[in-house]
Amino acid sequence: MSEFEPKVVAFVCNWCTYAGADLTGTSRIRYASNVKIIRFPCTGRIDFMLLLKSFANGADGIIVSGCHPNDCHYTSGNFHAKRRWIMFKELMDFMGIDMNRITFSWVSAAEGARWAEVVNTTVARIRELGPYVSYKQMVNTAVEEEVTND
Amino acid sequence: MARIGVFVCHCGENISATVDCHKVAETVGKLKHVAFSTDYKYMCSDPGQTLIKEAIKEHNLTGIVVSACSPRMHEPTFRKAAAEAGLNPFLCEMANLREHCSWVHEKNDMTTDKAIDLVRTLVEKVKINSALQPIKVPVTKTALVIGGGIAGIQSALDIANTGHKVILVERSPSIGGHMSQLSETFPTLDCSQCILTPRMVEVAQHPNITLYTYAEVEGLDGFIGNFTVKIRKKSKSLDEKICTGCGLCTTKCPQKKIPNEFEEGLGFRPAIYVPFPQAVPNKPVIDREHCTYYIKGKCKVCEVVCPTKAIRFDQPDEVIEVQIGAIVIATGFDIKRADFFPEYGFGKYKDVIDGLQFERLASASGPTSGAILRPSDGQVPKNIVFVACAGSRDPAKGIAYCSKICCMYTAKHAMLYKHKVHEGKASIFYMDIRSAGKNYEEFVRRAIEEDYVNYIRGRVSTIYERDGKLIVKGVDTLLGGQPVEIVADMVVLATAGVANHGAEELAQRLHVSYDSHKFFAEAHPKLKPVETNTAGIFLAGACQNPKDIPDSVSQASGAAVKVAALFSQNELTREPLVAFVNRTAPPLYSTCVGCFLCQSVCPYQAIEREDFKTRDGKIIKTVAKINEGLCQGCGTCVALCRSKSIDLHGYTNNQMYTEVMALLNEY
Repeated sequence: MSEFEPKVVAFVCNWCTYAGADLTGTSRIRYASNVKIIRFPCTGRIDFMLLLKSFANGADGIIVSGCHPNDCHYTSGNFHAKRRWIMFKELMDFMGIDMNRITFSWVSAAEGARWAEVVNTTVARIRELGPYVSYKQMVNTAVEEEVTND
Repeated sequence: MARIGVFVCHCGENISATVDCHKVAETVGKLKHVAFSTDYKYMCSDPGQTLIKEAIKEHNLTGIVVSACSPRMHEPTFRKAAAEAGLNPFLCEMANLREHCSWVHEKNDMTTDKAIDLVRTLVEKVKINSALQPIKVPVTKTALVIGGGIAGIQSALDIANTGHKVILVERSPSIGGHMSQLSETFPTLDCSQCILTPRMVEVAQHPNITLYTYAEVEGLDGFIGNFTVKIRKKSKSLDEKICTGCGLCTTKCPQKKIPNEFEEGLGFRPAIYVPFPQAVPNKPVIDREHCTYYIKGKCKVCEVVCPTKAIRFDQPDEVIEVQIGAIVIATGFDIKRADFFPEYGFGKYKDVIDGLQFERLASASGPTSGAILRPSDGQVPKNIVFVACAGSRDPAKGIAYCSKICCMYTAKHAMLYKHKVHEGKASIFYMDIRSAGKNYEEFVRRAIEEDYVNYIRGRVSTIYERDGKLIVKGVDTLLGGQPVEIVADMVVLATAGVANHGAEELAQRLHVSYDSHKFFAEAHPKLKPVETNTAGIFLAGACQNPKDIPDSVSQASGAAVKVAALFSQNELTREPLVAFVNRTAPPLYSTCVGCFLCQSVCPYQAIEREDFKTRDGKIIKTVAKINEGLCQGCGTCVALCRSKSIDLHGYTNNQMYTEVMALLNEY
C-alpha cells in the first residue's frame, strides 16, 4: 500500500449514532471507508479500556459517538459516558496518549449528514497525524520484556 | 466446536454494486470455524430465508452471520428464520453491509475489504454468543394519548372503540386543537367546527376514555406494555364536579383585556374563561397569571357570583401516576410567528396577519362574526394579498422543508374572501402550487377560474406601509422576473408550520427521537412512519411534520391499530438483552463485592441487593442482583463495574473485546 490508510474504529450507540449512520446510508452520502462501526446499546456501555485495547491492536484513530445530551434512549447513559470521558481524557493525556486521535461526538438518528462529516474530519485528521505505531510498539515491547525477565 | 454460517446478500444491486459479495463470501468462508459461506441476491426473500434455514440444518450450524442491510431493518426477520430452523435466534448476528458500507463508499477494493472486516468481526462475536431465552412481560391494556387535537381525538376514539381504556391528556383547557380554530376546510369548504365538535363530545362521553385537560405529561418510566406515566393536572381553581358551566363568572370577571389565544390575539378574554363556546369540557379555568386575585390578593368576583360555589382559589396542582401499556403522541404543530419576518412587517403592521388569524376572521364564531375586516380600522379590505411559503422552503431561514398545507389553505382563504367580499381583489404570491391530494388540484383551479384569484408566481421581497396602505413588492417570475408592486389593504402570510412549543422537552421526557426541526422522528421514513424508535410509543398527526386533516386522521387511526395489536396480546416477549451478575458456585465466592456503584448509575432502579446468609440468618455477603423485568439493557453498570462482575447479554465484555480484536487484527 503506497498511501497511508488510517484504521479508525467507531464505538457508537444503537439508538442515535448507529441509526444516524443508517440514515447516512439511506441518504447515500459518501464518506471515507476507513471507519468501521462497532455497535453498543448505549455510550454508557462503552468501557474506555476498549479504546486502549484498540490502540494496542493497531487502531490509528477512534470515534465515540452517541445521543445528544438529554436525548439518551436510556435517560442518562450518555451523561455517564460524558463524565467518564472527561476523566479518561485528562488521565490519558497526562499519560502521554495522543488525544487528537479520539473524536467524541453526539450524532442523532436524524443527523445522517453530520455522521459523514464527523467521519471525514476524523479520518482527514488521522491521515495527517500518520500511523499510531508508537503506542502499539510501547505496549508490545513491554510485554516482551516482562517475558524475558522471567 | 463452533460451526458458523455466513450469508452475504446482494440486496439486488444495492450491495453488489460496490461490494464484491462473492469475494466476501469466499474470503470469510476460509476462516477457521466457518462451516458454510455463500452469497445470494435477496437474503430476506422467501428463497433466501429457505437457503439459510436449510444450511443451518444441513451443516448443523451453531451460529450465523447474515451480511446484508442494517440490523435495525431485518434482524427480526433473520432471527425468526434461525428460530424456525431450530437455532436459538440470539445466535444470529447481522453485518451491516448496506447502510454502513455499500451505500456510503465508492466501488473499490477498500470497500470490499471493509465488508470482509465487518463480517469477520461478527463471525468472531457470534462464536461466543450464548443462546438466550426471551423474557415474558405482562401488558397493561390502557393507552395514553398526548394531545387533544384532531389526531389525538381520532386515536383515542379508535382505541377506545376496540374496548381498551384510553387516557387523553391535553395541556390547554379544551380539546379540539388547531382544527377547532379553522373556519372552513379544504377542499370541500365544510365548516371545521361542525365536523369536529361531535367528535369532541364523543370523547367526553366515551365510557373508555378518561380526559385530562389543562394537564401535562411530566415524566415517563418503564417500557413497552409497562409504562408508568406522571401527569400534572394543573389547577383549574375550580371544583369541576360542582360547576355547571353556566358561564356567569366569565361574564362578570373584571379582567377583560387579556389577548385571546384561541382568537390568535384578535380578541380578548377574561381571566376566568372557557376558550371557545363549544369547548370540551365546557367549564372555565382561572388563568392565574392574569387573574387579579392572584396578582393583587383581592377581587374574588367569580367566587361571589358563582351560583354553585365551585371556585377554589387554593386548589393545588395534582400530580398523578398511571400505569399504561402504550402511548400515542399527537401534540400537533404550531406556525411561525411575528419576529421571524421583519421584512414583511409582521408584528409591526396590524394588517399583516398570519393564516390562523385569517381563519379566525373568516370564522362565524370569530371576533368579527365571520366578516373579513382589517384589524387596524375594522374596514373591509378591498385588495388582499396572500404570501405563500412565508418561511417554508427557505433554507436561508433554516426551514428547508415544505409546510405542505399552505398552498391549499391559501387557495381556500382567497376563496373565502371572494365569497364574502365579492368586489374585492385577491392575489397570491407563490413559489409552486403543491396540490397533491384528492380533489385538491380541482379546488385550486376553482379558486383561479371561478373566483378569479390572481396567482402570481414569485416571491415577495418586502412589505411596507404608505398612506395607510400596505405596499407589497415582489417579482413575477413568469414574466421574466419583472417587479410587481401591489397596493394592498391587508396581507396574509402563510407562515411555515413548525414543531409545537415544548415538543423537544416532551421528546426528552418520553425518550423518543426528534429531528433537527424538533419534529418527532419516525422509526423508518417509509415502512415505520407511525412507530418511534422507542417500542410502544407511536406518532399521529402534525407532531411528525406538517400534515393536513385527512393525513392526520389516517395516521391517528394507524397508530390506534398499532396500539390495539399490542393490546391483543396478554404477554409480550422482550429481548433478553439485559444485564446479569456473574455467579459462582457456591455463590459466596462471587466476585461482586457489593459496592453498589452500579445501583447509583442505573436509570431504571433495576439493581437489587441480594444477601447470602448463614443458617442462623447472619448476613455474610451482599451482592448485586438484576431485576430482569426492569432492566432495559443500556449497560451503563457494566462499563462502571470495578470487579467486572456485571455483564450484559448480547454485548458482554468478552464479545466486545473480541469484536475489537477481530476488527483490527489481520486474519
